[in-house]
Amino acid sequence: MKISLDWLSQYVDIDTEPARLADMLTMSGFEVEAVFDPWAHLAGVVCGKIIEIREHPDSDRLKCCKVDTGDAVLSIVCGAPNVASDMNAACAGSGSVLPSGEEVTAGTIRGQRSEGMLCSASELGIGTDASIILSLDNDVRPGTPLAEALGLSDTVFEIGLTPNRPDCLSFMGIAREVAALTGRTLRRPGSELAQSAPDIRDKTSVEIQNPDMCPRYSARLLSGVTVGRSPQWLEQRLLSVGLKPINSIVDITNYVMMETGQPLHAFDFDRLAQNRIVVRTRISEAEKTFVTLDGKERAIEDDMLMICDGKAPVAVAGVMGGENSEITQTTTNVLIESAHFDPVSIRKTAKRLGLSTDASHRFERGVDPEGTVYAMDRAAALMAEIAGGEIHAGVIDEYPRPAAIEPIRLSAEKTNRHLGTSLDPSEIGRLLRAIGFEVSPGESNTPGESDTMDVLAPSFRMDVTRPEDLMEEVARLSGYDNIAVTYPAIPARTLPPLRSHTLKEQLRDRMAGLGFNEAIHYSFTGKNARILEFPEGDPRHAELPILNPLSETQSVMRTTLIGSLLEACQKNLFRQVKDLKLFELGKAFYSRGTEALPEEQGLLAAVWTGARRPVSWHEKRSSSDFYDIKGILESLFSDLRVGPVTWRATPADRCAFTRPGQSATIHAADVALGVVGEIKESIRKQYDIGQKVFAFEIVTDRLFELVPESFSFTPVPRFPATSRDMTLIIDETVPAGDILQKIREMNVDIIEDILVFDVYSGSPIEAGKKSVSTRIIYRSHDKTLEEEPVSALHQEITEKLIAEFGADLPG
Amino acid sequence: MEKSIEQIKTEALSEIQNAADIEQVRTISVRYIGRKGLVTQYLRDIPKLPAKQRPEAGKKANQAKNAIEAAVEDAIGQLSRQKGPSDAVDVSLPGRPVPGGTIHPVTRITREICSIFERMGFDIAEGPEVETDYYNFEALNIPKNHPARDMQDTFYVSDNIVLRTHTSPIQIRYMDACKPPVRIVAPGKVYRCDSDLTHTPMFHQVEGLLVDEKSSFADLKGLLTLFARQMFDTDTALRFRPSFFPFTEPSAEVDIRCVICKGEGCKVCSQTGWLEVLGCGMVHPAVFENVGYDTEKYKGFAFGMGVERIAMLKYGINDLRMFFESDIRFLRQF
Repeated sequence: MKISLDWLSQYVDIDTEPARLADMLTMSGFEVEAVFDPWAHLAGVVCGKIIEIREHPDSDRLKCCKVDTGDAVLSIVCGAPNVASDMNAACAGSGSVLPSGEEVTAGTIRGQRSEGMLCSASELGIGTDASIILSLDNDVRPGTPLAEALGLSDTVFEIGLTPNRPDCLSFMGIAREVAALTGRTLRRPGSELAQSAPDIRDKTSVEIQNPDMCPRYSARLLSGVTVGRSPQWLEQRLLSVGLKPINSIVDITNYVMMETGQPLHAFDFDRLAQNRIVVRTRISEAEKTFVTLDGKERAIEDDMLMICDGKAPVAVAGVMGGENSEITQTTTNVLIESAHFDPVSIRKTAKRLGLSTDASHRFERGVDPEGTVYAMDRAAALMAEIAGGEIHAGVIDEYPRPAAIEPIRLSAEKTNRHLGTSLDPSEIGRLLRAIGFEVSPGESNTPGESDTMDVLAPSFRMDVTRPEDLMEEVARLSGYDNIAVTYPAIPARTLPPLRSHTLKEQLRDRMAGLGFNEAIHYSFTGKNARILEFPEGDPRHAELPILNPLSETQSVMRTTLIGSLLEACQKNLFRQVKDLKLFELGKAFYSRGTEALPEEQGLLAAVWTGARRPVSWHEKRSSSDFYDIKGILESLFSDLRVGPVTWRATPADRCAFTRPGQSATIHAADVALGVVGEIKESIRKQYDIGQKVFAFEIVTDRLFELVPESFSFTPVPRFPATSRDMTLIIDETVPAGDILQKIREMNVDIIEDILVFDVYSGSPIEAGKKSVSTRIIYRSHDKTLEEEPVSALHQEITEKLIAEFGADLPG
Repeated sequence: MEKSIEQIKTEALSEIQNAADIEQVRTISVRYIGRKGLVTQYLRDIPKLPAKQRPEAGKKANQAKNAIEAAVEDAIGQLSRQKGPSDAVDVSLPGRPVPGGTIHPVTRITREICSIFERMGFDIAEGPEVETDYYNFEALNIPKNHPARDMQDTFYVSDNIVLRTHTSPIQIRYMDACKPPVRIVAPGKVYRCDSDLTHTPMFHQVEGLLVDEKSSFADLKGLLTLFARQMFDTDTALRFRPSFFPFTEPSAEVDIRCVICKGEGCKVCSQTGWLEVLGCGMVHPAVFENVGYDTEKYKGFAFGMGVERIAMLKYGINDLRMFFESDIRFLRQF
């Protein structure tokens, strides 16, 4: 909302510096976002006296002038009909930029030198007259800046208004606040009228069929107006706050709206069928295409409130008038509408039509229901003054749903407790009265309640309905800066930390410790199901679509983090970074239909591509592989004390983004935790990734369930361990893990640990077979083991495994 | 002084060069720069020189001393390598790399914010990112068809399901489940249908809520002042500016003195000298009514802040979009 200080000073004396005033407004809830001079663009324009004028040798229309601009005499070619000798005109020197963006440059016009431009009011953005150049008073000295010559000196505040203060979408609203802040009095312009024409009630009528949507409709009638251009002062007022002048009648409705906050509409009375107004919904099928003032066809719906004449709609109530009844140059009789509409109804209509206007913006937020007649009278008086014509006696004021304002009981003690202040009741009363509240002492027959007061909010403050609303006003006006700084007394915490949060942070630290860089990506992606090859029936197909996405690539919620990480690989590889270790902790969203909240599942995913370790002189570059990324997971599981974990080769038909043969599904305690493996080549291609990528994705919500709440210390062994190795030759297809599993299942209490230390296939081992070498570590916790029994036990285990796996011993 | 300092230096350097073993080098070192060494003597005699010559002579003597010292060290290093143990390492070669990863700046700042409040007795709370209209709006006193909805451009899943536009629904869910007193901070992702130089459609917030029987706006000012001083600078100046949020009353926006220009006015603070970092206010009674808290008995305040904004200020990041592009050259810096 733009507020011109020059205009504002009509309603309140301003003797505060603009910068100080801006600060005061900001600190009372009206953030001044910018301060500017609305006429700054006139900087290069001065008063120029035309000292010589002659016909252009090659044009009938153009004249060649010599223009005295105070410090120089310029040759200027001009085509305006009113250019004349001795005239004082607005002269833009070369280099000045007009509001249209056009830069004035010196040059030649049909062979004649022209070093500037004589401008019309329209070209200068200070009026609408484009037909003639602007003429200045004869006593203005050449060279005087135009802004000074015209008295155009102003400062405009751009104020960021919060939606709770529609009353300040007007000069008088802001003036009221300024008056309260600076201790001045608000001046309310008079609205006295000469009502000479016959009574309006004999000329027209207003019928409201939907009083809930239109609680009030006031109207006035003028006859015999002459519609023309507005006087300069009015055009300049509108231009200073960025409004475009149209014609005197429309300009006045806009001016009064800016002044009072009450949107007005002017109808050409003679274009209203049966010369009457009906406010209603349910218009006929044929009328559902309605052309608004801006010339656009609008599709009207059944429940939209329309202003109609005796036959058809003439305006979308509270949003925009219709072309069929707009004011034109030939209009002579004007009906002024000043109505009050239900905010919700206006908002719905404006939203559905995709049409937000100065009127709908105000009605949606709430306009003063008691302000209709005053605003209409202001407009009628200005119209009679500017456009001539006679005002008909009386008003039509249909008011089927009068606004009811209940007094609010306010306690000074509670106010002070809420704010942490120590204001006395009289001070609170003074602050509220300054912005139009009526304050009377509350009944004090209850002992101890003598500090209460009854407060009646003004009708334009529809946002104030509770004591807390008043407390806010008190805080705001007395100044937030004047509220003390105290500290809440917070007792020590009793709850343990949120486990899921702590564990997530632990995972992050662990991943960073393992050399991975944390990434964060948007939760929405393009449709991934096809790209990431989710198998049929995979829950990740249930992508939740967004109704109004910003783009196709952000149109569904992620069901996996892998897509985003591959995209990150793609971008970095493109920048020639070939070695990457990235991870992300985030949520997957599985749709349960659009009317229910989706299932949100916490995930941890990581990708590793390129070198195993950074290039260095210590070793040859080697590429990361499946066992590198599996090692990362083993480290995480061990850190969280989750285990034992089983790794099963993923069947080819269950592989989504991982390559069959290089993919494992991870389980612990029969809970599926996720998947680890190499990204399929077909998927890498989708992301233009030419090198191998290893990845994992695990469900952290499930993982955290398995993390023990606590653990106990195991006594360190007192007796030495002894170990025995065994090498078995088994079928290549048998997972080595099966051997370990089998040994564990034997439940031998002196087996402390089992590890695989070599796997080999190739000559001299028969094709289709491999040798797996394991080491079993034996230890008893109550004695030193003797060689003999251990060897015997080891032999026994070996034989069982040979039988189980059809294994051979190496030859 | 018979020999010039240059001469002494040249002789010393040449002797060091020709030394056969470390022992010899040490002897030479003592002779020149030891306690009674030639250069040391020379330095001691400088005060006897005419005042004008002293600075120049001092400078030259010190240069000579430094040069000799360096030559001694080099020679010892070289000789010890020649004669050192057979498994001597080249200590100048880089060690075997153990590359560390990094934590995302948004995570770092979120942790910093949360830990400040945790130290002050707050618990962490979390909530869903896809929310019902009720939790995201209605319960927070933002009715349907209210202009306050325009304050946040919303991503919709359907009429009643939205991507949360702020972390405030966590307040409601927490109060629904727990009786007062409440002291929580709730970090998380939020979504707004807006994308340009200064907006990303997803960003992070930290929400805070305190409910007890006696907190006031003055307490809110105190708590956030403590926070800002820990988060930014111990003498950070704060400004509480009246504003509007449907779920708090009175509401305020909190500005800190610009961390870049210290209030002089610069591009970052749009010449105002202030940076908006927080929104806050006393919990609106309508919100308490919605969760069934006794509005006569309980008082509370809430606050919220954008994590990326604070990260940009703290790390001097000038492009918001960097956070989500996973440029490794960016991520590696944190």
